[in-house]
Amino acid sequence: MTQNTSAPHVSAVRAPGPPAASGRPDTSTPRTSGPRTTPSRAVSAAIVVLLLGVLLVFFVLPVIWLLLAPSKTANQIVHDNPLSFGSFQQIGAAWRHLFAFQDGAVLVWLRNSAIYSVGSLVLTLLTSLPAGYALALTRFRGRKTLLICTLVTMIMPSATLVLPIFLELNRFHLIGTVWSVILPFAFYPFGVYLVYIYFATSLPRDLLSAARIDGCSEWQLFTKIALPLAKPVVGLVAFFSFVGNWNNFFLPYLVLPNSDQFPIQVGLNQLLTSTPSFNPVAGAGLNITIPELSLAIIVAILPVLVLFLFSQRTLVSGMLAGSTKE
Amino acid sequence: MTLATQRIAVPRRRAATPRRRAGGAAGYLFVAGYTVLLLAFGVFPTCYAFYLAYTNEAGSFTGLNQFTKVAADPRFGPAFSHVLLYLVLWLVALVVLTVLVAVVLRSRVRASVSALFRFLYYLPGALAGVASVLVWLFMLDPDVSPVSWLLKAMGLDTFAAVLAPGDLPVIFMLIAFWTGAGGWMVVMYGALNNIPDEVLEAARMDGAGPWRTAWHIQIPMIRQWIAYMTILAFAGGTQLFVEPQLLQTASLGRVSPAWSPNQLAYVYAFQQGDFNGAAAISVFLLALGLLCAGLLVWRSNMFTLDEK
Repeated sequence: MTQNTSAPHVSAVRAPGPPAASGRPDTSTPRTSGPRTTPSRAVSAAIVVLLLGVLLVFFVLPVIWLLLAPSKTANQIVHDNPLSFGSFQQIGAAWRHLFAFQDGAVLVWLRNSAIYSVGSLVLTLLTSLPAGYALALTRFRGRKTLLICTLVTMIMPSATLVLPIFLELNRFHLIGTVWSVILPFAFYPFGVYLVYIYFATSLPRDLLSAARIDGCSEWQLFTKIALPLAKPVVGLVAFFSFVGNWNNFFLPYLVLPNSDQFPIQVGLNQLLTSTPSFNPVAGAGLNITIPELSLAIIVAILPVLVLFLFSQRTLVSGMLAGSTKE
Repeated sequence: MTLATQRIAVPRRRAATPRRRAGGAAGYLFVAGYTVLLLAFGVFPTCYAFYLAYTNEAGSFTGLNQFTKVAADPRFGPAFSHVLLYLVLWLVALVVLTVLVAVVLRSRVRASVSALFRFLYYLPGALAGVASVLVWLFMLDPDVSPVSWLLKAMGLDTFAAVLAPGDLPVIFMLIAFWTGAGGWMVVMYGALNNIPDEVLEAARMDGAGPWRTAWHIQIPMIRQWIAYMTILAFAGGTQLFVEPQLLQTASLGRVSPAWSPNQLAYVYAFQQGDFNGAAAISVFLLALGLLCAGLLVWRSNMFTLDEK
C-alpha cells in the first residue's frame, strides 16, 4: 500500500515559533530572522509529518484490514487489493461457517467469557470498594502492610502468578471448575489501589469525623456517604477489570481443559489450529479459513472495542492515576 | 479530550485529624474479602511456588537442586536470552518513540489533530492478547498481508521465511508496540501537559527552538514517568507467553515450544509433569517481577504513601 496518508495533515502542523495565542511581537531574541520557512523549519515539519504518518499507518492499517477481511473469500484475500471490500453475502457465509464450527462452539465460548468476566467483576467490586475505602479512611493494625502488598502485586505483571496459581489450584483439585478462573480474576489489586486513591483524595475526612460524632456507624458512613460519591471510580475499576479479564488467555489456558469451558480467547487458539493455512493437517472440511478467523477475532474483541469507543475519557484519567497493567 | 496528569500521591494527613484509630475494628471487616483474595491468589501461590522449588515430588527438601536442574536445561539459557533480546528492542522502541511522539503531539500539532492521533494510536490496545497476535500473523504472512510488497522487498517471500528464529524478537516487539505504545503515548502526553506554560515560555524567550526545548526541558521534566514506563514494560516483557505460544501453533512447530521462560515452565508442568521444575522457573520470574515492583515502590516517589 503506497497511499500518501500524510498529505492531509500537513496543514495541521503548526509552524514552530511564537504561538498565535501570545500576541507579543517576537523581539526578544537576537536571532537572524530569515524568511518564515527556513530550510531547517521545513525539515523539522517534514520529520513531524513523516513520523505521525508512518505511525498512523502502522497502528490503523491492521485494524482496517481486519474489518474488511470477512467480506472476502480466502481466495480474494490473497489476490484482490488488500483494502478492497468484498460483498455482504460473503460476510454472511463467513458468519455461517464460523458459528457452525463444532455446533456453535463460538457462542458457547462467548457465553463463557461473559460469565467469567462479569462474575469476577462483581466479586472485584464487592471486595475492592470496601477495601479501598478502609485503606483510605480508617486506621487499623496491618493497614500499611496491606497497602504495600497491594502495590507490589499491582506492579508485578499478572502473568507472573499464573503458573503458581495453577500449581496451587491443582493441589486443591480445583482445576476445570468455573471458580478456578473467576476467583483469581476477582483478585484485582489495581482496582483496590484506584479506589484507595479516589477516596483518599476526594472524601473530606472532616465530613467523616463529623458524621462519626453524630453517631453514624462505619457501615453507614460507607454506604450513605462514600458509595454515592464513588460512581466515577466504580466505572474505572469495572472497565479495567472487564477488559483485562476478557482478554486474558494464560490462566484459562492452563486451568480449563475442556473446550466447552473455554473463554473466547482460548477458543480463538483452537480456531487457529483449525485453519488450513496455518495447519494443513486439521483444516480439511472445517470451513475455517482466513475470513472466518478474522470474523472470529472481530467478534471476540467487539465488547472491548465498544467499551473503548465509549469510555475514552474515563480511560485516560484512569491510566494517569496509576497507569495500566499489561 | 483534555488530560491532566495527577501526580500519584496521597495527601498527607492533616494535623487537625485526631490521632485515635478511626474505625479500627470496622476496617478489618471492610478489607476482609479482599485480604482473603490477596492471600489466596497473591501471597499463597508465591509461597507455594517457593516451597515446590525447594522440594522434590516426594515433598522432601532438596535445597537448590531444582534450580540447578532447570538452569542446566539446554533450553533455559536460550529462553532467557531470547526474551532479553526482545526486551532490548521493545524498550528502546518504546522509550524513543513514545517520548518523541508525545513531544510532537504536545507542541507541534493542533490540539484537535493531536487528540485524534492519540485516540487512533491507542485503538489497537483493544485487541490486546490473542487477537493482536492473530492479526499480526496475517500482517506478516506474505500471501495475505496488505504490505506484502514490503515483506517481499525485505526478501521475505514466504511465511516460513518471516518466522525465521532470528526474526522472532522483532515480531514480538511489533506486536507489543502495536497494542501497548499508544496507551503510553497518552500517559506521556499527560505528563508533558503538566509542565507549566511559563517554563516553556521562558525557554522560548531564551531562544530555544522546539527540539531543544524538548531535549533540555520537557524530557528531563518527565524523566520519572519514563522510568516508570520502562520498569513496568520490562516486568511485563519478561513474562512473555501468549505471543510465542500462538506463533508456535501457527508455525507448525518451526518455532520452539519453549521459546520464552514462561513457556519453558509450561512445558515442564504440562508435558513433563514436573511441577517442582516448573515452580523453580516460576521463582526466577517471580524474583524478577518482585525486584521491579520493589524498585518502584521503595526507590521512586511515584507511590508516596501517607505517613502513619
